[in-house]
Amino acid sequence: MEPLFALLVGALFTVAIYLFMSKHIIRVLMGAAILSNGVNLLIFTAGRITREVPPIIGADSDVLQASAANPLPQALVLTAIVIAFSFFAFLLVLGYRAFQKLDTDNSDEMRVAEPVNESAPPLGY
Amino acid sequence: MSASAPGATFIVLMLPFLAALITPWLTRRLGHNAAWLLALAPAAIFIHFLGFSAEVADGGIVTGGFQWVPSYNVSFSWLIDGLSLTFALLISGIGALIILYSGGYLKGHKQLGRFFSFMLLFMGAMLGVVISDSFLMLFVYWELTSITSFLLIGFDHTREASRRAAIQALVVTGGGGLALLAGLLVIWNITGVSQVSLLLNYGDEVRASPFYLLALFLVLGGAFSKSAQFPLHFWLPNAMEAPTPVSAYLHSATMVKAGVYLLMRLNPVLGETVWWETILPVFGGATLIVGTLLAIRQTDLKLMLAYTTVSSLGLLVMLTGFGSEYAISAAVLYLVAHSLFKGGLFMVAGLIDHEAGTRDVTRLGGLRKAMPVTFIAALAGAISMAGLPPFLGFLAKEEIYYALWATDPWSLAFVAVAVVGNGLMFVIGFAVALKPFLGPEVKTPKHAHEGPVLLWLGPLTLGVAALVAALISPLTHRFISSPMASAISGEAETVTISVIPHMGPALILSLVTIAFGIVAYRMLDRLRAGMASLLQTIGWGPDRGFDQFVSGIVRLSGAVTRIVQPGRLDFYMTATFVMIAIALFAPMAWYGEWPSMPVWPADVQFHELAVFAIAFLGLGAVIYARDRLTAIVSLGVQGFAVALLFMLFGAPDLSFTQFMVETLAVVILALVMTRLKLSASDHRATRDKLIDMSVSLVCGTGFALYLLAVTQQPFNPYISDFFAAYSKIVAHGTNVVNVILVDFRGTDTLGEIAVVMVTGLAVLSLIRVSVGYAGIKIGDNDPDRREETR
Amino acid sequence: MRTVIFRAIAPYLTSLMVLFSIFVLLRGHNEPGGGFIGGLIAASALAIYGIACGVEPVRRAIYFHPMGISAFGLFVGTLAGVLSVFAGVPFMTGLWVYPTLFGVEIALSSVLVFDIGVYLVVVGAIGSIALALEERDRD
Repeated sequence: MEPLFALLVGALFTVAIYLFMSKHIIRVLMGAAILSNGVNLLIFTAGRITREVPPIIGADSDVLQASAANPLPQALVLTAIVIAFSFFAFLLVLGYRAFQKLDTDNSDEMRVAEPVNESAPPLGY
Repeated sequence: MSASAPGATFIVLMLPFLAALITPWLTRRLGHNAAWLLALAPAAIFIHFLGFSAEVADGGIVTGGFQWVPSYNVSFSWLIDGLSLTFALLISGIGALIILYSGGYLKGHKQLGRFFSFMLLFMGAMLGVVISDSFLMLFVYWELTSITSFLLIGFDHTREASRRAAIQALVVTGGGGLALLAGLLVIWNITGVSQVSLLLNYGDEVRASPFYLLALFLVLGGAFSKSAQFPLHFWLPNAMEAPTPVSAYLHSATMVKAGVYLLMRLNPVLGETVWWETILPVFGGATLIVGTLLAIRQTDLKLMLAYTTVSSLGLLVMLTGFGSEYAISAAVLYLVAHSLFKGGLFMVAGLIDHEAGTRDVTRLGGLRKAMPVTFIAALAGAISMAGLPPFLGFLAKEEIYYALWATDPWSLAFVAVAVVGNGLMFVIGFAVALKPFLGPEVKTPKHAHEGPVLLWLGPLTLGVAALVAALISPLTHRFISSPMASAISGEAETVTISVIPHMGPALILSLVTIAFGIVAYRMLDRLRAGMASLLQTIGWGPDRGFDQFVSGIVRLSGAVTRIVQPGRLDFYMTATFVMIAIALFAPMAWYGEWPSMPVWPADVQFHELAVFAIAFLGLGAVIYARDRLTAIVSLGVQGFAVALLFMLFGAPDLSFTQFMVETLAVVILALVMTRLKLSASDHRATRDKLIDMSVSLVCGTGFALYLLAVTQQPFNPYISDFFAAYSKIVAHGTNVVNVILVDFRGTDTLGEIAVVMVTGLAVLSLIRVSVGYAGIKIGDNDPDRREETR
Repeated sequence: MRTVIFRAIAPYLTSLMVLFSIFVLLRGHNEPGGGFIGGLIAASALAIYGIACGVEPVRRAIYFHPMGISAFGLFVGTLAGVLSVFAGVPFMTGLWVYPTLFGVEIALSSVLVFDIGVYLVVVGAIGSIALALEERDRD
């Protein structure tokens, strides 16, 4: 199964990076959402794929059965999903406020921090 | 070697820093009278070091210290021999007088506490430089003196000239400090020892090493910048922007001698080679001549003294470079004499400035009646500086001529340099000491009268010290000169010269110097005018060069910034991902670890394929969707497909979470999107499209290959097995994922929920805060301009 | 989106979801579930209620400010970790007690307290974000 997952991960990364390089904040946001999926799936796949058996110990056993899925990447990914979502929300609000203030979602026109014709730095002491 | 009272020495080394700590509080309580109390600290240090003098006079070396980083053999250790003891006594002795003087000079200044603090910090750092045994400690203290010097020069930071001088001094001496560090590391590498006391045995090894020249040049870079050798001399006169106590202490008596100290200290290791005996005298001699010539041109008392300090340092470097027995003892005597008379003369200059309101020598005259004590102190300093008996300066000059005199052309050239230099210093010394006091009374900006005891105590004491040291020369030599000369040359030496002049070439040269000096003194005004017009014709100097250097750097960085930071987000993104693509492919290509060709999985089932297909379709739709709402819905589609994959492959927890998150994300995105009045189309130009596509394709392929390569390696289940085995037995939970989250790696999760909460706060504040964009210009940090707008 | 049907169903849907989220939270240690998922479900419930009936009723209903809930969750989580100090074991070590209530043995643990902390943080933070974004509807 891993090659299929690798293919999907590659596709997720490609699309996310393509969106990241857009000039429009809204596209970048979508890129961020997709990138988090890509990274999560990457970690999940690196822990190897197992079908259908969740990592839950049965009532009659003290240890996890050998056929169960690898719990470690799942634990890593679980928190990653939630944190990625919080950051996604933060980025969204950031973009939203920027649009309200600057009346554009085109990053080329957002030049508050780096103005187009920035004067040379002062030469005095 | 003995290690007596290491604790006491350590406390003494820390004493100035501790005093600096309580100074602001003390000054607030006592005002300028705090000086009396604060001077006790250097006085205590002076007495402590005096206790070593008997042992050191008998050829003893005191070492001590503590291990600091044992694994790297770095220690906090000190070395007290003739050289460091003399320096320590000068630093603490003159330091005590300077503290008192500062109290009088800056009486009523509202930053007096800060000033005292800086002074004491400097004192501690300077003591550290001369006492350090370990390289690292030497370097740290060395840079600390540069930093405190920066703070003191820039003390009056509201004036641009002060700021410029401070930055200049820091750049030159701090940069030199880095060269010194590199040089010390090279020496450390050659010999394997990092302690000065041990290094002295490795002289032959260092000189024979192929890296000798590298080490030499680097160390000289440090020493020459600190001791203001030509052509790096320009920072020292500019440093006169500092209050006069600073000029007297740092920039004549102590800090600028750190470079000379370093040369003397390393003389047994790096010296006695052709390079050493050529570079040092040539640069020292050039500095001597340039310094005196520039001093002639000045009319400001402090600047005249500053330039002669430059030339004195040149003389010291020259003598150290000669390396002969007499040259070394001449350097020792001159160093001590110079610290005494130059510190005193600076204090006199400050005193005149303080009482008369100006220090322009052409506007001063006839002060001898108003300021008799100052006049005596000034005379004492000038006589010593001119090298007349019966002061210490005379001994030094006699010894200098004695050391230099020989009949080969090389020596004769330096004799000529020394005669001219000394003659001109004679002129400057008396110009400072006589011109303001003799002649008819001139009206000065302030009505001049004798200063308070705090002000004249220092110069007078130093003058008396120079006199007494010369009169009891056998004792001076036994306790100061001979041990110090021995430490410099690395073998036992005795200095014998006394105030009673001996007939010989040295005395004749002295007489020539004096005659030359008297002639030059009478022609001073004409010489000054001549030098002024000469400098006018030359125009450019290293000082201007520094300005050009700094503005060049600022312009260059501005230009580079405009290229690498054009302010376009997509440019930054593209650059980042190009780098990532390189980082992904370079290791695989370098080590040839490409993944092998994957085989189509045999057991893949139809519904799984369907989910994959949905994911791919969603991704494609995100990119190709004409309007944004469709893109958002497609975003949800690929998210749900990923959630389904989690479900199918044994991760129900992930699946639920992903479903919830994806739903919320799409809802929120749609909520916000519908409120923005965005332009209809946001598609990019074809050229951008091609570039972006290729970069993202390369990156995506890289990640896929990387994942393939990882999964083709054998799996190491070590950590997973641990959780699988102990989840139920130890942590009493059967859902292993949850047990890992809240129990095994609970602290980790604690950090993560803190992140979630902080993001929540950030989002809330972003929404609530009404952004007031009042046209703030970032990068507007020109302090002058801000003062105008204030 | 504020159809009559949606507005009529929303309160029941929300309360059901909140109940379910607590169920998911409590069974998390042994079955699929846990603080993160439970918190997300509850936050979604608040979001749905907010979309249907407006943000103000939601704020009234949960009484506390969502970020306050979140902060309290972080406090509870930290407290669960600190508890172990009193038992003389390292920070975050799980502690278990088994009191018997009405003849039924109940397993209580600092781990469960920590999970509740996680739940509260997620509900508070995500809920706060969702509500804040919905609130902007009116201006």
